[in-house]
Amino acid sequence: MDNDRPIFLQIAELIENSIIDGSLVEEAQVPSTNELAAFHRINPATAAKGVNQLVSEGTLYKRRGIGMFVAGGARARLRERRRDRFTEQYVGPLLAEARKLGIGHDELMKMIDSFGAVVGRDLG
Amino acid sequence: MTAVVTAHGLTKRFGDVTALDDVSFALAEHTIYGLLGPNGAGKTTLMQILTGQAFASSGNVSVFDAPPVENPAVLSKVCFVRESQRYPHVYTVRHVFHTARRLFANWDDTFAHGLAADFQLPAGRLVRGLSRGMLSALGVTVGLAARAPLTFFDEPYLGLDPAARQLFYDRLLADYAGHPRTVVLSTHLIDEVSDLVERVLLIDRGRLVLDEDADDLRGRAVAATGRAEAVDGFAAGRTELHRERLSGLVRSTILDGLGPHAKALAQTLNVELEPLSLQQLVVRLTAPPTTVPPTTTAPADREAAR
Repeated sequence: MDNDRPIFLQIAELIENSIIDGSLVEEAQVPSTNELAAFHRINPATAAKGVNQLVSEGTLYKRRGIGMFVAGGARARLRERRRDRFTEQYVGPLLAEARKLGIGHDELMKMIDSFGAVVGRDLG
Repeated sequence: MTAVVTAHGLTKRFGDVTALDDVSFALAEHTIYGLLGPNGAGKTTLMQILTGQAFASSGNVSVFDAPPVENPAVLSKVCFVRESQRYPHVYTVRHVFHTARRLFANWDDTFAHGLAADFQLPAGRLVRGLSRGMLSALGVTVGLAARAPLTFFDEPYLGLDPAARQLFYDRLLADYAGHPRTVVLSTHLIDEVSDLVERVLLIDRGRLVLDEDADDLRGRAVAATGRAEAVDGFAAGRTELHRERLSGLVRSTILDGLGPHAKALAQTLNVELEPLSLQQLVVRLTAPPTTVPPTTTAPADREAAR
C-alpha cells in the first residue's frame, strides 16, 4: 500500500482495476472484507470502508446475507471515469517532464510510437 | 461508537515525575488500536491503569462501565500481554494454558495449541527454559487464544524474528475477523502494524498528542525537497516539523502538507513531495530537541576546502 493515500481508496481502486481489466465480471461476487483484509494485510474496517464506497457509487451492490457483487454497467462507467482522468493523471506529467528535458512534440510522438511497437501493444 | 474504555484527565505521578499528564480518550469496541510513543512516554503506565494494576494519581477510568481495580467482572474480560511476563518457576507451557483457561471466559484451547505449533512452542517445555523469542511467542499465543474483549499487547515482539512477527499479525487479523474485539498494540515497529491498526493513539512525555484514524494520517505529513527559496515558498503558512540541508538543497518535513492545492503549488515551485509513513511521522512528532546544530558542511568538504 502507498503512504500518500488512504488505504480505503487504494482498496476501492484495486477492485475497480479488477472490474476494468475483466478479472471481476459484472454480477460476479467480490471478495469479502475479511478476505481482502487478510490478503492485503490491512484492517478489516478499512477494507470495509473501501468496499462501501464502491457500493455508494453504484459499482457494487449488496445481496443481504450473501455478499457484494459487481453491478451491471459498472465496467463501462468506470472506464468512462478513468478516461476523463487520463489527461490529468498521465498526459499532464508526461508533457511536463518532456518540456523540462526539451523533448519536442515530434520527438515525443515518435517515442510513443516506437515504445508501443517494442511492448507489442500498438495503440492504433 | 460503543466505548469499552473511557478515561478522563488521567494523571499519574511518581514522586516529581509526571508519567501521565491529563490524558483523556475512549476505546471503542471491535477496534484495533496502535498505542505509539517513545520509551518512557507513559504507554505501559497507561495500560497498567486500564488493567487495574496501578492507580491514577487523579482523573478517572472506566472499563466496561466500571472501575477496573480489583473488579473480577471487568478483569475477566481483559487480557494484558506484558513484555516481561513472569510465571511460576515450575510452569510448563501447558500449565500456562491451563491457568489461562480458568482466567479467560472465551479461551480457545484448540486455537492455543494450534498457535503453539505454528510458533514451534513445545507444550511440555518449562517456561523458564524458553528463549526470549519463545517467551514472546507464548505471550502472543495467550493474548490471541484468550479472545478477551479487551486485549493489550505491550511490545509483544521482543526476540521474535520477522517470520514469527508476520505470523502473529496474520493470526491476529484472521482471528479478529471471526471474533471482533478491542485490541491495543503497543509497539515501536510502527511500519509493521500501520496497515493493521484502525486508530492511532500517540503518547509523548505523558501527554496524548494524537488520537486519530490511521487512514486519515496517511499522507498527512510530507517531506518537501527542493531549492531553499522554493521550499520556503511552499512551507510558508504550514507547520514545519523538521528541516535538513545539503548544499543548496533543503528537505522540510511539513505537517498538513497535502492540501487540495499543495501538489499544484509544489509542481510550480519545482518542489518534490514525498509522503511520510506513519513511523516517520511519529519520529518527527516525538523527537526530542536536538543539541547538535544542523551542519551545512560535511567534514569531507571541509578537508577539501583547506
